[in-house]
Amino acid sequence: MFAFILSRLLQALPVMLVVALIAFAMFAYVGDPVSIMLGQDFTEAQRDALVRDLGLDQPFFVQFARFVGNAVQGEFGLSYRLSRPVAELIAERAPATLELASCAAAIALFVGVPMGVFTGLYRRSWLSRFFLTFSLIGVSLPTFLIGILLILIFSVWLGWLPSFGRGEVVQIGAWSTGFLTGAGLKALVLPSITLGLFQLTLIMRLVRAEMLEVLRTDYIKFARARGLADRTVNFGHALKNTLVPVITIAGLQFGSIIAFAIVTETVFQWPGMGLLFIQSVGAADIPVMAAYLMLIALVFVAINLVVDLLYFAVDPRLRADRGAVRGT
Amino acid sequence: MAAAAARFFDSDLWWSFSRSPVAVLSAVVALLCIGGAVLAPWIAPQDPFDLATLNLSDAFKPPAWAEEGDAGFPLGSDDQGRDVLSAIMHGARVSLLVGVCAVLFSTLLGVSVGLTAGYLGGTADALLMRIADIQLTFPSILVALLVDGVVRAALPRETHDQIALFVVIFAIGISNWPQFARTVRGSTLVERNKEYVLAARVIGLSRLRIMLTHVLPNVLGPVLVIATLNLGFAILAEATLSFLGVGVPPTQPSLGTLIRIGNDFLMSGEWWITIFPGVALVAMVLSVNLLGDWLRDALNPRLR
Repeated sequence: MFAFILSRLLQALPVMLVVALIAFAMFAYVGDPVSIMLGQDFTEAQRDALVRDLGLDQPFFVQFARFVGNAVQGEFGLSYRLSRPVAELIAERAPATLELASCAAAIALFVGVPMGVFTGLYRRSWLSRFFLTFSLIGVSLPTFLIGILLILIFSVWLGWLPSFGRGEVVQIGAWSTGFLTGAGLKALVLPSITLGLFQLTLIMRLVRAEMLEVLRTDYIKFARARGLADRTVNFGHALKNTLVPVITIAGLQFGSIIAFAIVTETVFQWPGMGLLFIQSVGAADIPVMAAYLMLIALVFVAINLVVDLLYFAVDPRLRADRGAVRGT
Repeated sequence: MAAAAARFFDSDLWWSFSRSPVAVLSAVVALLCIGGAVLAPWIAPQDPFDLATLNLSDAFKPPAWAEEGDAGFPLGSDDQGRDVLSAIMHGARVSLLVGVCAVLFSTLLGVSVGLTAGYLGGTADALLMRIADIQLTFPSILVALLVDGVVRAALPRETHDQIALFVVIFAIGISNWPQFARTVRGSTLVERNKEYVLAARVIGLSRLRIMLTHVLPNVLGPVLVIATLNLGFAILAEATLSFLGVGVPPTQPSLGTLIRIGNDFLMSGEWWITIFPGVALVAMVLSVNLLGDWLRDALNPRLR
């Protein structure tokens, strides 16, 4: 187990280094930080001093090592656009994105899995057909259109829910949360549905396909022959065995939830990291883009690691046979 | 020509097509969208780029069937008195152009990489496929956004505005090549050890020649299916980028740009400015995707 975690961490290292190299190349070769920081009036001596202070006269690898060293400590310099430390900006925006993403993931899992189980068990019921048609729509509508439609129906026509912002937030230390106020909770509804809908339909279809597969196997027939209750067979035997692929996909999809949070945050003017990033792309604000890139890479690597570890919890075969892990 | 047509209507593919109502319906919708987009300059009711024909008193007209609708503006008009239908047709043209070019670009890149990696093997293979793996870890929309952002930062503003269309095509194309590379590599690995390749090597043809004239034609089959399915993705990616305001320039609005502009008027109740371009986008993408699904099943001998 420990050796496995270690080998996974060693595999993740080159990925992070490649991403760091890209981020560093953006810093080093895109735009000219010296002229941006100096402004209009400067002497040649001032310029040389700044170049030396920033370490830009050092060889490439020294600069890169320094960049990685700073990045490990969460130090990415100042935003060109807002003239504030990038780490501070991201820390300020992170709670909004994380709350939105976890609500979306919760919706996708807690609605998607039961719907998938239902459509797998009762294939011919009209409700299953309705769910499947609904999922086809969910897959083909782009995220931003879902958001716009929800705003049109629930904010403009019905006036039930707010169409932008986080509502009221409560500050707990460095974390601002919308979970504790009514307005904050109401503001979460539409964005989380928008963000979670695609994942919901994906998980539902996956669980359904896996259930259909598992229900045909011999051990399910045997379990029924033993006279076990339907509920035990369906949930204890069948559902449990569908979980390995579901965990993989759900884990990897959490990454794309964070990516698509950019779109959802733009539609709902949600003050999270995605909105910060898109504003930075528009303004060519390299430090923020580089930091966001590194952060996302870290999240993805971490998710992959957690997914691998969850296999151990769900699939006893892996604990017995270490060799099979390398094949995954 | 007639013989070729007769052969086509006699083929398995046509038989399977005419037996599938979904495929026929999506083909009709796709042809309508593509036809409307390509012929937009000639058949659109109004030229949305000609400021002389715009009249501010025509602004915010609801669709023709509403109470205050105007038959001259079948789907209503926007804030500048532009006919929404004409704007959609011209916008679909840009969306389609970017989508097709981006798919061609990623096909070209992916097929070259896959062919090289599969045929040469060894270090080249390991390196190229590792890059593909790393890129596949990240959602492609994120890759496209980053590429677009970096190019934007690297170029001066005026230069960027001029070549923005190419930047978007490049960004979407580069975000999607690994899929092609993986598929082509897989089939190249199979083809490489077949006897005809061995024969070609024995008579002393160069590696490049064998790869291009012998292996390539035999690995292109699955590429067609992936390319069709990717067209839908590319059109959506372009719409998403443009919706986020980092895609095509506002002087050449695509469907995504139209949706973004219309979004500003949503709260005041002028829903048609944003919803109709959205409907057009979904119709186009859905029909292309369903056609791609059908093609995949029709070309798969195991499902026949």
